Parts: sequence; structure tokens; C-alpha cells
Amino acid sequence: MAELRYIEDVVTLELDAEICIGCGMCQIVCPHGVLVVEERKALITDRDRCIECGACAGNCPVEALRVKAGVGCASAIIHSWLTGEEPSCDCGGSC
Amino acid sequence: MNEQNCDPPSVGKSACCPPPKVEAATCCPPTKATEPCCPPKAETPACCPAVADDRPGYKLWAFVSGWHDSPVGRIPQIATKLTASDILGRWQMRWGLGRMRYSIAPGLYAIGTPSSTSPVLVTANYKMTFDLVRRDLHNHDVWLLILDTKGINVWCAAGKGTFGTDEIVRQVQTTKLDQVVNHRTLIVPQLGAPGVAAHFVQKRCGFKVIYGPVRSRDLQIFLASGHQATPEMRRVSFNLAERLVLTPVELVSMWRQILWSIPILFILGGISPEFFSFAAAWQRGGAAILAGFAGLLAGAVLSPLLLPWLPGRGFAFKGAVTGFLVAILGTIIFAAQLNWLNSLALLLALPTIASWCSMHFTGSSTFTSPSGVEKEMRHAIPGQAAALLVGGLCWIAAVF
Ligand code: SF4
Ligand code: SF4
Repeated sequence: MAELRYIEDVVTLELDAEICIGCGMCQIVCPHGVLVVEERKALITDRDRCIECGACAGNCPVEALRVKAGVGCASAIIHSWLTGEEPSCDCGGSC
Repeated sequence: MNEQNCDPPSVGKSACCPPPKVEAATCCPPTKATEPCCPPKAETPACCPAVADDRPGYKLWAFVSGWHDSPVGRIPQIATKLTASDILGRWQMRWGLGRMRYSIAPGLYAIGTPSSTSPVLVTANYKMTFDLVRRDLHNHDVWLLILDTKGINVWCAAGKGTFGTDEIVRQVQTTKLDQVVNHRTLIVPQLGAPGVAAHFVQKRCGFKVIYGPVRSRDLQIFLASGHQATPEMRRVSFNLAERLVLTPVELVSMWRQILWSIPILFILGGISPEFFSFAAAWQRGGAAILAGFAGLLAGAVLSPLLLPWLPGRGFAFKGAVTGFLVAILGTIIFAAQLNWLNSLALLLALPTIASWCSMHFTGSSTFTSPSGVEKEMRHAIPGQAAALLVGGLCWIAAVF
């Protein structure tokens, strides 16, 4: 099957390789294989695959990763535009 | 590690029937509760209820198959076979019926006959998740620590933070997990990671978090291989079957918009050179409603299914393409009934509806980033609004 890819060059993921201690946690938690640890340093391999879930940043013990995490859901974003609140995920059974 | 801010023992929360305290259990062994050793005499009511697992106002869940003794009291033991009503409940949820009522009590549960060395698996109190996990742990002896995620699945609850560090620490403390097991490891589903900070969990309650596989069906292999997950087990997928099961909820979630549009289309359809015609309302309004449903199916069902093969990246665009193909088909089939303005209206409005519905499928997808969704919406919505307006004007102009 063709690989599903989404819109490019929008992701807010940032890695500060300087402070990374190579613990490997980010590689474990990322559901899209964006991060790989090589020679005790994390690397962003394919940033357009990142869905900004925030798992890597939240589990990095030295805060070497940063991402503006949120919900990628159209209804939530419309709701936040209308109300000025942060988008929150209150959608259907899938979500 | 339990000294600091240890909550009062509210183990009772762990099941709908609070297990009796340890003192009560020694006076009246739970397994013999209904035997004459302990008749429900008036003087011992607090110690020995007539039937050990009955409490006024409570009903035992059907999945509780028995009780398992642990150092902190009896723990509900749960069945690993799903019953017909579990499966019926799953279908109801797929169609968005009564989802909110489908949560189970958080706390500690036993699968099989776990001991102090058995693994502890953490999951959400969404009944469907709970059902999958217990089914997939058939023939295993494990502890299941259920977090209070308000009946929401792991992934979404993690996004909200209800499946998170605070709730894990709280449940570890209220269930006195440190007395139940002598190891200090929790297996947390990887999809819960956005809400959890493993290093803070360890700091706050002493338990080390190990992230398990994305899908519960890989749990058995994960446990058997000494907590090793293959890269495949760590990756989220979005295959045809996974997309298909999400489409009903997508359709149901549109009901409000559907209900609004029906009367509006009837009224607009009735506009005629002699001001208003009921015959036209019925005919043209009806036709527009059919076109609307075609757009809904194109955007909320066809587009999600064809996702990988449709051109473009944005969901709105993919939906518009699907809708346009359906609209062309419509103009060919109904060529005799449609004048050019009507055809133009169809070619504009149907793809717009499909685009709108498809765009909302981003909420169900597993590979869209919030930044991307926001970007595509900023581009798509003005276009959708314009196309709908022009299409609507063409449609109304067609009768004059
Ligand atoms: S989690 Fe942080 S420290 Fe560990 S490898 Fe990833 S970036 Fe480096
Ligand atoms: S935010 Fe999520 S998807 Fe993106 S790199 Fe981090 S873990 Fe992976």
C-alpha cells in the first residue's frame, strides 16, 4: 500500500542535539519512527512524518526535544477559532 | 515511597463492589461468604453481608469472574472471553451510540491468578480498550491497573492529559500497588506516552515505566520476549480496515449538520419565478438533499477509504477530488433532467460537501499533525465557502 503522508514543512518539532544524552526514550515512544538514536545522539530522520503528539518531548529526561503538541482534528480547531480556547479533542469513538 | 501524599485507602473504587477490608475478610472468608459459618445475623451485618459481592445499589459487572486474594484485599478477577453483550456494546460505540456510558471503574484488576512477581499493565477505563486488553491477555497472569480516563481511549486521553503522570501516580497509591507486587515496573501502552513523563512517574511513585506495544494484540509477544517490541509494534498504522471502522462514527458525528441542511434545502428548492412552489420544493429540494448525501458519502466514507490513492496531501483536497468524480457521474446519469446551471451547481456543491466531510476525518486519522490540519483548513475553508455560495446561486438561478 502507498505510504500515507501528510502536508510537508509545517511540523514544529525541534531537537537540541547538544544536550541529548542518547537515552533512547524518544525513539521508543514515537509512533511514527521520526526519531532514531545513533552513536548516543538522537536524530530526526523524517520530520514530515511527525504528528506533533508530544510523546518524545514529554519523555525526554533532559528536555532536548520541543514540539507544539496538540490535536490534529478539524472540529477541534474550528471550535478553538470560534471560542479562542485551546483545541481539545472531544470527537467521536475513534478519538 | 508511599509515605508522601498517600491517599486514604479507597480501594473500594477499584470495582463497582468495594472489596471488603482485610479485617472483614478474616472474619468472613469471601469464598465462604454464603456458608453457614457466617450467617447474615442482625448483630454482624457490617461484617458479613448476605451475599459477599452484593451491595445496595451496586451491580457486579458481567466480566468479573471471581475474586483474587492479594495483600491489600480481594481484587476483582476478570474474564478474558468476551460475551455477546461486550461485542454488541462495541458495535453501539462504533456507531456513536451511548459511548459516554461505556466506562468501567478505575483501579486494580486481576487477569488469571497473578502473584507478587506478575507484571502490571496500565490502561484506560474505556470499556472497548479494556475488552481488547483482557481478550488479548487470555491465559496470562497479570495485574491490570485501570486509570480514570473518563471513558476515553488511551490515545485521546493521553492527548488531553487524563491518561497521564498524575493519574498513574494516583492509582498506584490508591491501590497500594507497592504492597501487591514486589517489583517496581509498570507496562504502559506506547500510545499513552504523550500524556506520561516516564521519569516523573518513577520519581513520584517509584515505579519505572516501560512502554509496551501500540496494539494490545502484540502484548503476548511483548511479555514473552522480556519486554522487547519490534519497530513494527511501535508504529501506528492506518490501513483500510482501520479506516473503514472509523467511518460510521464520522457519519454519525455529522448528524447535526445533516438535520440543519434538510429544511434549508427544501425551502431554497421551493424558490420559483412565482415566489414559492411546493412542488418545486419537493422535487428540487429533494434532489439537492440526495446530492448532499452523495457528497457526505463521498467525503466521509469514500475519501477515507481511498486516502492513499487520492492525489494531494490535504484531506480537504482529497475529499474535493472524490466529490468531483461523484458529481461528474451524477451529471452524466441525470443529464436529461439537469440544465447547465443545475449541472454547474452540482459540480460545485457536491465536491464542497465532500471536501468538508473529508477534512473532518483528520480527527480520526493517525498521521496528521495539528500544524498541518490548521494550515490546510486556512486554505480550504475560504475555497469551500466560495464554491458553496456560487453553486447555490447557480442552483437557484436555474429556475429563472
Ligand atoms: S529522549 Fe532526549 S535525551 Fe533521550 S535520546 Fe531522545 S532526545 Fe536524547
Ligand atoms: S511529537 Fe510524536 S510523532 Fe513527533 S517526533 Fe515526537 S513522538 Fe514522534
